[in-house]
Amino acid sequence: MTRYFAGKLGEALVAIWGVVTIVFFVTRFLGDPVALLLPVGASPEQMQALTAELGLDQPIWRQYLTFLAQALTGNFGQSFQFGRPAIGVVLERMPATIQLALTAIALGVLIGGTAGAIAAMRRGSVAEFVVMTLALLGQATPVFWLGIMLILLFAVDLGWLPTGGYGSPANLVLPALTLAVFVSASIARLFRSSMLDVLKEDYVRTARAKGLMPATVFTWHVARNALIPVVTMIGILTGELLGGSVVTETVFAWPGVGRLIVQAIETKDFPVIQAGVALIAAIYVATNLIVDLLYALLDPRIKGSA
Amino acid sequence: MAPLLEVRNLTVAFDTAGGTVHAVNDVSYGLNEGETLGIVGESGSGKSVHVLAMCGLIPRPPGRIVAGQVLFQGRDLLTLPERDLRDIRGGQIGFVFQDPMTSLNPVLTVERQLVELIRRHTALDARAARARAIELLEIVRIPDAARRIGQYPHQFSGGMRQRVMIAIGVACRPKLLIADEATTALDVTVQAQILDMVKDLKREFGTTVIWITHDMGVVAGIADTIQVMYGGRIMERGPVDAIFADPRSAYSWGLLQSLPTAERRAEGRLHQIPGSPPDLYKPAVGDPFAPRNAFATPRCLTEMPPLRQVEGSVPGHLVAAWYDLPAALKARRETVA
Repeated sequence: MTRYFAGKLGEALVAIWGVVTIVFFVTRFLGDPVALLLPVGASPEQMQALTAELGLDQPIWRQYLTFLAQALTGNFGQSFQFGRPAIGVVLERMPATIQLALTAIALGVLIGGTAGAIAAMRRGSVAEFVVMTLALLGQATPVFWLGIMLILLFAVDLGWLPTGGYGSPANLVLPALTLAVFVSASIARLFRSSMLDVLKEDYVRTARAKGLMPATVFTWHVARNALIPVVTMIGILTGELLGGSVVTETVFAWPGVGRLIVQAIETKDFPVIQAGVALIAAIYVATNLIVDLLYALLDPRIKGSA
Repeated sequence: MAPLLEVRNLTVAFDTAGGTVHAVNDVSYGLNEGETLGIVGESGSGKSVHVLAMCGLIPRPPGRIVAGQVLFQGRDLLTLPERDLRDIRGGQIGFVFQDPMTSLNPVLTVERQLVELIRRHTALDARAARARAIELLEIVRIPDAARRIGQYPHQFSGGMRQRVMIAIGVACRPKLLIADEATTALDVTVQAQILDMVKDLKREFGTTVIWITHDMGVVAGIADTIQVMYGGRIMERGPVDAIFADPRSAYSWGLLQSLPTAERRAEGRLHQIPGSPPDLYKPAVGDPFAPRNAFATPRCLTEMPPLRQVEGSVPGHLVAAWYDLPAALKARRETVA
């Protein structure tokens, strides 16, 4: 068990290092931030001075090593735009992203789990057809389009909710709903198919042959086993959403990490991009580690074999 | 005395995309208290399906009970509300299924799988139920039961898992224990141990048993009565000794011929029944075994023989056959000689 997680942790660190390295080199192809940072008509001397100040005159391998050494201590350099430590700029945006991600996941699990269970238990019914059609639509609808439609309906036409922004619970409703549609659709489809597989298992027949109550059979013998793949999916989705949902955050002017990174790419703010991506990678990898841990709790066979 | 279980004209079908599968066709028999009935047949003979169907354990749809009555202690299981049937299942009727690797829930401990059953059918509290569960594991001779009860099915060997399955089957001291291919997946020595154990349990609790298998050898060791099924029908039925000494259905005869004996071992090959199992989508008009039966008469192909008392044999020895097997075998021996 301990060795299993030591191994997983090693893999995780390698993954974060890989992501950070790729991002470091890719950002260098974005172009020269100096030209953007200085006013139009700045002299070559000014530009040279700034390049040296930002450390961009060094050979790229030295820049990389400096970057890695500093990143290990959590220092990603000063943001070009804000003139403050980049990691601080990114971390400031985390609460908004976490709030949105967790609300969307909670809503999605609730709606998707219920819908998936209904679809599986009422095989061949109208309810199943409705759930599956909606789920397919939910998964196929582009998030930006859905977001705009929701804004048009609830904010512009009905005027019930703000079009975007951050602060009050009312601001949270539409972006969370937009993301929850996708999340619940994915979960409903997976939970249903997983439950249908489990319903065919011999041990479900055993449970019924024991005369157990339908609720017991459902909870302990069907759902308990069908949840295992769903937990993986919830983990992956949480990891993705905690990395900032770029599109949704942009559509709803939600001040999260996703939107920050897009802005940083536009302004070639290398330190913020690097800090943001490193943080997202770390979150994603950490979520996956937690999923592995949950997996071992849900399925004793993994513990046994590891 | 009324039999413990009385099956009358049970007919079960499955509606599938390919058509209707006639899985069980007009099966009737009785089972007395304390009796052990061995039901023998190949895959698709209806031997497992009919017991699952009578306890409401086939998926419906696609499964469908077309006709029949199943009286258990005088109550018809087929018309009983699901709630009452649930009380009987696991309580008065215990099940032991084939392949305990898949029949036990892999993510729950053995303790949980036993205790949930005991608490469902008795008034025992959690602690007493646990004690009872440990006692059951001891009864099925699982060493170190108090420790092993906390383990998961994958931590047990195949034979030990089957013992756990049997413990589940007998947990609430059922009147009737239904074992479906319970020893099929096990090697012969383990199989023998399990059979011995079941015989002991029978002696101790006076349980009535239905033992379903495709293996005539297993049945010989455990059953009082043998019932041979084919194509969803009973082909022959009677006391073990009568069937082994004087089989009257060509199918039972074929099954007995395929048992390994010292003599057949010496010959280096076993007898096999030619042909393949019947197409259950198109049930035969006549005797379902007729197309594979060397002794079949023209009538066998056109008319289903009724299950009748065998003339000149012990009472209760029934066969469904238009042909006269002993006469046909004698004639064949004479031609060979």
